[in-house]
Amino acid sequence: MKETILEVAHLNKSFPGPEPFHVLKDISLSVQKGEFITIIGKSGCGKSTLLYLLSTLDTAYEGTITINGTRVTGLKEHDLAKFRNEHIGFVFQFHFLLPEFTVLQNIMIPAMKLGQLSREAIEYNAMEKLTQMGIRDIALKPSGKLSGGQQQRVAIARALINNPGIIMADEPTGNLDSANTQVIFNIFQELSRQGNTILAVTHDRDFAGRSDRIIEMMDGRITNTHGVPVT
Amino acid sequence: MKPSVNMLIAGTQLWARKRQSFIAMLGVLFGIAMFIFMISFMKGVNNYIQDTMLASIPDIHIYNDIRTDYASSVTGDWLRNDPAKMIVVHHPRPEKVRLNLKNADAIISDLRQQSEVNVVSPLLSTQVFFNYGSVQLNGILDGVNIIEEARLFGLHDRMMTGRPEDLLTTDKGILLGQGLADKLNVRRGDLVTLATPEGTSMRFRVVGTFAFGLSTVDNTKAYVSLSGVQQLLAKNHDYITDIRIKLRNINNAKGLAIFFGKRYGYKAEDWESTNPSIKTGNLIRDTLTWVVSLTLLTVAGFGIYNIMNMVIASKMKDIAILKAQGFDGRDIRTIFLSQSLVIGVLGAGLGLLLGFLLSYGLSKVPFPQTEFTFMKFFPVVFESRYYFFGAGFGILTTFLAGVLPARKAARVDPVTILRG
Ligand SMILES: Nc1ncnc2c1ncn2[C@@H]1O[C@H](COP(=O)(O)OP(=O)(O)OP(=O)(O)O)[C@@H](O)[C@H]1O
Ligand SMILES: [Mg+2]
Repeated sequence: MKETILEVAHLNKSFPGPEPFHVLKDISLSVQKGEFITIIGKSGCGKSTLLYLLSTLDTAYEGTITINGTRVTGLKEHDLAKFRNEHIGFVFQFHFLLPEFTVLQNIMIPAMKLGQLSREAIEYNAMEKLTQMGIRDIALKPSGKLSGGQQQRVAIARALINNPGIIMADEPTGNLDSANTQVIFNIFQELSRQGNTILAVTHDRDFAGRSDRIIEMMDGRITNTHGVPVT
Repeated sequence: MKPSVNMLIAGTQLWARKRQSFIAMLGVLFGIAMFIFMISFMKGVNNYIQDTMLASIPDIHIYNDIRTDYASSVTGDWLRNDPAKMIVVHHPRPEKVRLNLKNADAIISDLRQQSEVNVVSPLLSTQVFFNYGSVQLNGILDGVNIIEEARLFGLHDRMMTGRPEDLLTTDKGILLGQGLADKLNVRRGDLVTLATPEGTSMRFRVVGTFAFGLSTVDNTKAYVSLSGVQQLLAKNHDYITDIRIKLRNINNAKGLAIFFGKRYGYKAEDWESTNPSIKTGNLIRDTLTWVVSLTLLTVAGFGIYNIMNMVIASKMKDIAILKAQGFDGRDIRTIFLSQSLVIGVLGAGLGLLLGFLLSYGLSKVPFPQTEFTFMKFFPVVFESRYYFFGAGFGILTTFLAGVLPARKAARVDPVTILRG
C-alpha cells in the first residue's frame, strides 16, 4: 500500500537582491512512506536550500509542501515549530549539539518539548536510541567532548527521539573520516530497513547507491531520478 | 513539578556561564544595595534634622500679627463726612498695638475639643535682660503652662538638671537654657534678676536647665510660669500672645493652620511655612539619593543588556538548533528573558540583603558626640517600602534590559545560521 508522506508541488525560490537569484525552479516531488531517498548534485545547485524548505525552516518560497497530510505552506511560525518538533527529524552536516548539555539531555530535549511522555519514559527512549547507535556508554558525557563521529550519532539519535514521519539529513557525513562515514552509512541503511522515511543530501555516490531512489539536481532543477519508488 | 524544558535550557545555560552571570548579577546587587543604603541613611538624616529643628517649633502657631492700620487717621475721622475732600497722610507712624489674643481662653478650650489636636500650650513671651552679678545677657522669657509645654516639646527628655514640674512647686522658679546658664554661670538654686525693656525687674530662682541641641534656643531661652511673665509685664492673668499646638499628625499642619486662622481670626502658621528650609533640605537630599540610586540601577541594567547581547551573539548556533527542533520564537524569548530575570531577581534579593546589612552596620556606628547632639549613632531608617521599591525597580530594570536581546534572539533566522 502506497502512502505519501511528502508531497511537493511546483516549488520556486529566489534569493532577492540587486540581481535576484532563482535558486529552485519548479521542483515537484513525492516521497512514499518508508522510502530512502538521496539527493545529489553539484555544489551550489540548491540541495541544501531545498532541504531547508522541506524541513519548514525556510518559508520564503512559492509552491506547496504537504507533509504527513498537513499542508505546511502558509502555516504560522508557532505551528511550524510544533510541526517540526513532531514530524521532522533533522541531521545537519555539522553536528550541532547543545554544548552545555550531556548527550542524554541533547537527545531528550525535543521529546521534552513535545511533552507527550514523562521524563522517565523519555529518558528510557533516549537510552534506547543511544543503544541503537552503539554509543550507550557516552550518555552522560558533556556533548562538547565527543569525537565527530560520536557527535553525529548523537545527532541522529536526537532526530529519531520523537519517531518523526521523515528524517532529513544534509550531508550527514560531510565532515567525517571514511571509517565514521561508513558507520553513519550503515546506520542510515539500518534505519531505512526498520521502515523510517529518509531524505538525505549527499555528495557520496556510494551512499547514494545504497538508497532506494536517487534524485539528481542541476541548477535548481530535478534532472533525473534513478530507482523506483517502493510500493 | 519538574521545570519546563525552556526553564531547563535557560537554567543550564546560565549555570554553564556562572562567571558571566555572576558579574551581571553583581551589577544589580550593588545598585540595589547602594539604593537601600543611601535611601535609609538619607531618610534617617532627614528625620533627624527635622526632629531637631521641629524640637523647638510647634506644629501650628497662633498669634496676633502686627497689622498696623494706616488707613485711619485723626484727620480722616474728623473730615469723614465730606466726600469732596481727599486725605493724604505722609509717612504715618504705627499706632501702639496690643499683641494679645483677646479671647485666648475660649480659643484654647475650643482647640482642646478638636480631635486632631494633641497638645495646646499658651504662651506669653517677652524680651528680657538676665542679670547675675555683673553679667547682663539678652534673652527671651517664655511664660508657659509648663505641663503643656513639656508635652509640646518633650521637655522631660531635654532637661539637663531639674524637672519641668519644679516650676510649679517653686515660687518664682525659672528654667534656663543650658547655654544661658553656662554664660551666666548659675546653677540650680541660684537667683537671677530679669529686667524688661520697659524697666521693670524681678528675681527668679533657677530650678533647672534644659538643652534642645539648638544654640539659638539654648543660649537665649528661659521658662517661667505664665503668671510670672504676666506680673513682670504688669498684665492681667488672661493676657496671652501666642498659642502653640502639637497635632496628632504633623502632615495635616498646613490645612489645619488655614482652618484655625479662619476660625479664630488670628494668624495661624504651620511649621512648614515657618521653616521652609526643612522641606527644602529634605527635598534636596531626597533628589540626590534618588538620582544617584536610579543611575546605579540603570547602569546595572545596561550591564545586563550588554552581557545578554554578548550571550545571544555567542548562542546563535544553539538558537538555530533549538528552532530546527521545534522551539518557536516565543520559546527562545522565554529562555533568554528568564535568564535576565534570574540575574535580576537574585541580584535584587542579595542586594536587599547587602543594603540591609550596610544600613544596619551604619546604625551601630557611634555618631561623633558634641554638647548639643542627642544622636548616639548614625541615623538610619528601616522602612519596608524602600525595600519593595528597590526590588521592584531592580527587577523591572533587568526585565527591560533583557527584553531587547531576547527579542533579537527570538527573531534569529535559523537557516542563515545553519548554512554557516
Ligand atoms: N542567502 C543567500 N543569498 C543568496 N544566494 C544564496 C543564499 N544562500 C545560498 N545561496 C546560493 O544558492 C545556491 C544554492 O545553495 P545551496 O546551499 O542550496 O547549494 P548546495 O547544493 O547545498 O551546495 P553544496 O553542495 O555546496 O552544499 C548557491 O549558489 C548559493 O550561493
Ligand atoms: Mg548544501
